[in-house]
Amino acid sequence: MSDEMRRVTAICNGSVIDHIPAGTALKVLRMLRISGKRSNPVSLVMNVPSSKFGAKDIIKVEDRELTQDELDRLSIIAPHASVAIIRNYSVAEKRTVEVQGEMVNVTKCTFSNCITQANREPQPHRMIVISVEPLQLRCHYCGRPQDMNSIIDNLL
Amino acid sequence: MAADLITMDDLTNEEIEALLNDAEKLLPVAKGDVYLPLLQGKLLGNMFFEPSTRTRMSFETAMKRLGGNVVNLGALASSSVTKGETLFDTMKMVDGYCDVAVLRHPRQGAAQYAADACEIAIMNGGDGAGHHPTQTMLDLFTIRQAHGRLDLNVVMVGDLRYGRTVHSLSHALSRFGAHLTFIAPASLSMPEEIIEDLESCGASITVSEDLLSNLPTADVIYMTRIQKERFPDEDEYLKVAGIYKLSRSNLKDVKESMIIMHPLPRIDEIHPNVDNTPHARYFDQAFNGVVARMALLCRVFGVSVPEEVGE
Repeated sequence: MSDEMRRVTAICNGSVIDHIPAGTALKVLRMLRISGKRSNPVSLVMNVPSSKFGAKDIIKVEDRELTQDELDRLSIIAPHASVAIIRNYSVAEKRTVEVQGEMVNVTKCTFSNCITQANREPQPHRMIVISVEPLQLRCHYCGRPQDMNSIIDNLL
Repeated sequence: MAADLITMDDLTNEEIEALLNDAEKLLPVAKGDVYLPLLQGKLLGNMFFEPSTRTRMSFETAMKRLGGNVVNLGALASSSVTKGETLFDTMKMVDGYCDVAVLRHPRQGAAQYAADACEIAIMNGGDGAGHHPTQTMLDLFTIRQAHGRLDLNVVMVGDLRYGRTVHSLSHALSRFGAHLTFIAPASLSMPEEIIEDLESCGASITVSEDLLSNLPTADVIYMTRIQKERFPDEDEYLKVAGIYKLSRSNLKDVKESMIIMHPLPRIDEIHPNVDNTPHARYFDQAFNGVVARMALLCRVFGVSVPEEVGE
């Protein structure tokens, strides 16, 4: 385990999310619907040095194993993130974010007149991935390309 | 059902050409000279959440001329929409009542949303500033009727930002090799993402703010109304209202074969003194809505239009 990883105590069981873009760990927590109200401990380090990206954030969530689906939600803000599933202090599994062709109920359309902005419409929010690098999305319904700067405010 | 028509991307060029041929054959039926009940027993739901004259009436005419029937959403004030019913719930109901539905809605993406909710085929009758593919079919029919082909210089004028008819038409025409000239004030210019889409498909495009200098080379002038209802602010509307006007005196140097089209309604962008010139095609265009929609309705039900419709 690298020096950066030891900034917080090793966890017995749970998930370590690595290679999060520096400064975005709080948004990642929000996307994973991890709030301070849950009982399992969460450790977070921000802006630690990274040989790959210069700087990065890391999150450790104890006693919760993130699924591939949960991880894939992160592709909007942390496309290079990886997760190590820890069992009894050892890495049991490693997963990386996979950008799917479509994102369902990850984010709302950024276009104010899209049908999905109407109150109480029950169908899922669907984004088609037009390009992975850089990430470009288009709303399945209205067809508008998404404003990737403001889309973070529309995360579900 | 696979026969939804949400954007022109739902039709291949071959399908478009076949539909235009079907529409041509159906002219005597649309005029009432021949009764051809190809859609007898079928029911169309006319779901108009925004005002419409031509689209609603021509769909109704098309369905009835083919022996089918129509139910209407009616005035919004008398429907459950005013009680806060979602589009999803309303369309689920229509899905049970009808065999096909046409939807016009102020919000973009509404037609795709409805199509995802319904088993029956949904035809997009205009979704906000999005698409209006059935209008495009009648526009293509009108252009082909006049010129015999579609690879022409087509000049689109007016509200290209909010005008859904020009969005759908420019996509379709570029697929048939037309050169497109977009004339609009900066605040109403064709959305960048549409120009990018068109250019990525190899479209040939000219952008200008000047109508008169582009008249002599045009094969088709497609005028549009500046849509007051799409402006968030009346002051912004007043800045551009009436910016492009065409009258008989502007037509001295145009090609003899040039046609003037307009999806209607018009306000003041085409002077009534143009109506009697050989260039004016907007009323023929409105009539062509019936044959174009007849052909599309036949497609929905997989009904072939006979080669000989009769006299």
